[in-house]
Amino acid sequence: MVAETMATIEARGLRKAFGTTVALDGIDLCVEEGRILGLIGPNGAGKTTALNAILGLTSYQGELKVLGRDPWTQRDGLMQDVSFIADVAVLPRWIRVTQLLDYVAGVHRRFDRVKAESFLAKTTIKRTSKVRELSKGMVAQLHLALVMAIDAKLLVLDEPTLGLDILYRKQFYDSLLNDYFDHSRTIVVTTHQVEEVQDVLTDLMFINRGRIVLQCSMEEFDSRYVEVMVNPEHVTAARALKPIHERPVFGRSVLLFDHADRDQLAAFGEVRRPSIADLFVAVMSNNATAPPPLPRQATAPEVTK
Amino acid sequence: MNTQSDNTPESSEVNDPAYSRSSTQPFFWSVRRELWENRSIYVAPLIVAAVVLFGSLVGSFHLPDRRRLAMALDPAQRRAAIELPYDIAAMIIILTAFVVGVFYCLDALYGERRERSILFWKSLPVSDLTTVLSKATIPLVVLPLIVFLIIVATQFSMMLISSAALMPSGLAGTTWVNFNLFQQSLILLYSLIVIALWHAPIYGWALLISGWARRATFLWAVLPLLAIGVLEKIAFDTTHFVSMLKDRVFGAGDTAFAFQPHHGVAIDSLLQLTPGRYLATPGLWMGLIVAAALVAAAVRLRRYRGPI
Repeated sequence: MVAETMATIEARGLRKAFGTTVALDGIDLCVEEGRILGLIGPNGAGKTTALNAILGLTSYQGELKVLGRDPWTQRDGLMQDVSFIADVAVLPRWIRVTQLLDYVAGVHRRFDRVKAESFLAKTTIKRTSKVRELSKGMVAQLHLALVMAIDAKLLVLDEPTLGLDILYRKQFYDSLLNDYFDHSRTIVVTTHQVEEVQDVLTDLMFINRGRIVLQCSMEEFDSRYVEVMVNPEHVTAARALKPIHERPVFGRSVLLFDHADRDQLAAFGEVRRPSIADLFVAVMSNNATAPPPLPRQATAPEVTK
Repeated sequence: MNTQSDNTPESSEVNDPAYSRSSTQPFFWSVRRELWENRSIYVAPLIVAAVVLFGSLVGSFHLPDRRRLAMALDPAQRRAAIELPYDIAAMIIILTAFVVGVFYCLDALYGERRERSILFWKSLPVSDLTTVLSKATIPLVVLPLIVFLIIVATQFSMMLISSAALMPSGLAGTTWVNFNLFQQSLILLYSLIVIALWHAPIYGWALLISGWARRATFLWAVLPLLAIGVLEKIAFDTTHFVSMLKDRVFGAGDTAFAFQPHHGVAIDSLLQLTPGRYLATPGLWMGLIVAAALVAAAVRLRRYRGPI
């Protein structure tokens, strides 16, 4: 039924309100096949609502197509091609690992049991264990093994590594990239642990109070944003170039620039690639002060107008 | 009972050899899943059966005396006296299954929301219709079948115990003459179908409440009904609602059997089964319509309400 090439996810004016609380305030979104999009935002920004809309778990206003289908009205068909991990530890606690494999194999046409077994063989998870007997990290491994064995076109991950230690988190994204991802699949992931996904993502989206505040590919990210550790004598000159954020590090100032001349900046100090986390802080603090009119004096001087 | 959407392969993949080998059976696996999670479905009736058997083992010491007394009665009364323990055993196990079924339904759509595993179940291509129907199948089909097998096995074991106990006094044959296990099994099967159909709206109500209530499903299921009954009594000094509920819980047999005068509730002849009269009871069909509506509402609720 999908003849022409189309985006995996296409949204126009996506809106969702719970009573008077607006969770999504008109989002436009286009995710092409083969991308790994990171949806980053503070708590309550609307990330989970956006994902729930994409997964047909919540109703919405506006236009939304996932793999060419309306997720709200065509959810049953859509779930053949989409898989998701909605949170850490949503696997039923009473089920045994073998039962879980039997069940998914029994209901999912695209599930490859042999693949799941080989992923599990790399872990210490016992086939006879119940989920409640596994540690949180092992439950995440188990869920990932199931999901990676499903040949889905779109994989949605909502905080898949929340509360896991650094080893499990690193391993989670490593297996996802090495054993699962290829360019016919699309992954959308939300997380607070931005440092770990920086080299995983192909696209980046910041969302705050139901609106998209930044949207770019990682190539764009690398070419647009630059960070300079400014030597004290150049701080005033550097500030004149309107950095979008400034933070002190060991008594020196680190300035973050958007669309700046790298050669010019190199004269002020060490130029480097910013982390997503730093850009996130910069964009969010600017964004937070923008809509509600704060007292003028309290507004930081580096805020761009 | 599988829904279209679960089994219809997406057109683009129909000819893909990698997928054609694996045929999925969402409904079958959903029912199995329920049995994995809720072992009380068969464990509870089994425990009750074990208790019954233990009781009849202990009671078998006095059996020869009781049987001699029974043999002095007229044939009909004798039969009734000999059948009585078997009927009691069946009724206790059926009652257990009813309680298990109601509590199963009250948790069926609530437990998955409480432990958030609904987010996992909903990530698989199993429609809400399939899921809810598989859950409704447990009290309406699976439990009656399990109960049937357990009761027949229990009654057969009781017959063996009584034969062994009566052997020395030469009365062992009287059990087999007066209790026809094959015929009683047919009557039991009929009774279980009658009861399941009659109770369908009760299970449907419990399912809907379990899909709707955020906590305390039992109270939400019972208190509103109680409140209506009390309100009716106070406002109109009538008890129509309460007697309707009572009829729904206990009235399954009223039109399904022809009880004999002076014979209590014992049914020992196929002639006492009146399926025609039962099928002509408006209450049966009204109950089934209400049950279908409640299950449909539970499906819609699971499909269209926020997942938790």
